[in-house]
Amino acid sequence: MKVDFNKLDKAFENRVRLQIMSVLMVNENYDFTSLKELLEVTDGNLASNLKALEKEEYITIQKSFIGRKPNTNYQASAKGRKAFQEHLAALEQLIQQQKK
Amino acid sequence: MEETKLHEDLASIRNMMERSSRFLSLSGLSGVMCGIYALIGAALAYAVIYQPFSLSGYRDYDKGDHYTMADTSVILFTPIVAQLFFIAISVLTASLVTVYMLTRRKAKKQGQVLWGKSSKTLVFQMCIPLLTGATFILIMITRGYIGIVSPACLAFYGLALVAASAYTYTDIRYLGLCEIALGIIAAIFPGYGLLFWALGFGALHIIYGTLLYSKYDG
Repeated sequence: MKVDFNKLDKAFENRVRLQIMSVLMVNENYDFTSLKELLEVTDGNLASNLKALEKEEYITIQKSFIGRKPNTNYQASAKGRKAFQEHLAALEQLIQQQKK
Repeated sequence: MEETKLHEDLASIRNMMERSSRFLSLSGLSGVMCGIYALIGAALAYAVIYQPFSLSGYRDYDKGDHYTMADTSVILFTPIVAQLFFIAISVLTASLVTVYMLTRRKAKKQGQVLWGKSSKTLVFQMCIPLLTGATFILIMITRGYIGIVSPACLAFYGLALVAASAYTYTDIRYLGLCEIALGIIAAIFPGYGLLFWALGFGALHIIYGTLLYSKYDG
């Protein structure tokens, strides 16, 4: 059985990026600190992965202030949602193929 | 990329979707404890209200289902009401403290943040029906509609649980619906408020707490 790994999105190969996208699929938006607490990763790791997703235009960023503290919120873009769904479908296919 | 990585990916997607939107460290055990406190409270309240003690007590609303305004101040500032108020506050405080302590312990064990995005949303969503209900009930009490306290407590608490169920275990929704149903039945039978109150806050909490405990705790 030929297994097609090409359909998997390269952007989601990294576990942290995959997790960020999962969170943004089910939440309207999520802020940096909450993401960090949830994923249990360092500031730097999270920031660089967010940047990568931003570069792919999978997420959009909104910066605001709560009082004097800067607050950065992330949202999944339409493009990102589509890419994630396709990635999920590809994962499902691969698993089904392996079952045979 | 091999099979285990695929499965791990899927597991982590699912885990993140769930944990990011729901607070899953609510302690089932604390539900059982709250139920026990409520039953103790109800028993004490029963003893206070129905003196001399009898097992078949109920309030007689025959002269109309509420007291007149002139009666209200007489009824509201009696030793009985003061004692009931003290019992109610004690049960509420003990319950809140227990929920907080046990949930904090469970969150710590599960590595979930106690006061994070999901728990904040959960508390906020519950507060809307609860504060509405509390205000409504307080206003009705000052107007002399004592009989409304128990049905309204149950109904508004049920609404709060249904609202909360989107942000924690889905099972809570059915507990909420049961509380609402009990509240409405209690409204049909004024005078048996304490009985329904004990069923809703005591028995149902113990049953549901046990259910959640066996399903998610440990």
